[in-house]
Amino acid sequence: MQTFTQRLANPTRFMELSASVLPWIAAAAAIIIGYGLYLSFFVAPPDYLQGETARIMFIHVPCAWLSMAVYSLIALSSFGLLVFRHPLADVSAKAAVPLGAAFTFLALVTGSLWGRPTWGTYWVWDARLTSVLILFFLYLGLMALRSSIEDESLAAKLTAILALVGIVMLPIIKFSVNFGNTLHQPASVIRAGGPTIDEALLMPLLVMAIGFTLMFVAMHLKAMRNEILRRRVKALQLAEVERAQAAQLAAAE
Amino acid sequence: MGLDLGPHASFIWSAYTVVTVVVAALIAWLVLDGREQERRLAELAARGVRRRSTQRS
Repeated sequence: MQTFTQRLANPTRFMELSASVLPWIAAAAAIIIGYGLYLSFFVAPPDYLQGETARIMFIHVPCAWLSMAVYSLIALSSFGLLVFRHPLADVSAKAAVPLGAAFTFLALVTGSLWGRPTWGTYWVWDARLTSVLILFFLYLGLMALRSSIEDESLAAKLTAILALVGIVMLPIIKFSVNFGNTLHQPASVIRAGGPTIDEALLMPLLVMAIGFTLMFVAMHLKAMRNEILRRRVKALQLAEVERAQAAQLAAAE
Repeated sequence: MGLDLGPHASFIWSAYTVVTVVVAALIAWLVLDGREQERRLAELAARGVRRRSTQRS
């Protein structure tokens, strides 16, 4: 009996399945983010210490979570390409990179905008901020490496190797608030001993995190579908050129 | 209904605006890219270039 991933390994089957679930996931994401925004602005109270600026947390934290979760997905997909040669693994990795870069950029910008009124500065070169900036450059590096190599199969393999090497950044980012000097607060949601954040602020945060995660899933499915279509176009264009060359040769003979 | 977000409201609105703009740009890019690929496939099909699985069916 085929496993779920084996059934999905067929791009045509993936296209059929993703076409049916994509609208539902996108709609669920829109509804949950809408509800999350309502909770963020009209239900959640101001933080006792940071006041109203803590509302930036409801978008900053989901973006920061996604910046790391998307990279984990890219590394997993890269592993799937290099070890199992899964037909959709490279499609998944390639489709996720620009999305991960965008969410990392948003985590940096919203963090900076939160930092100015809270810390008195937009940026400090501390362990957390600097390691997330390196993650952003890593995303850009993955895109640059792929686009710089013409042979798509070679580009996929080299990009996958870089993605697997780069996974070392994830524990560095996660634990960067526990060592060295940093203005960034330590983990307050996913930590041993449970969240330290008040439930009134935790609920909107979790709702927004679920909404953003669903939004990413919808975007990733759409980007994978686009990539599969792009590869079909390329294969057909190649076949058309080969057919024309064969016809020319036949006419010359 | 106005929201009083205190003296740092501009930072809060700026953060939400940046996220909205980037997310909207991502969605627009994904939709337009999908349409472009489908248009190219349709053009190839119109020229008689089809995938083998499509030709069989």
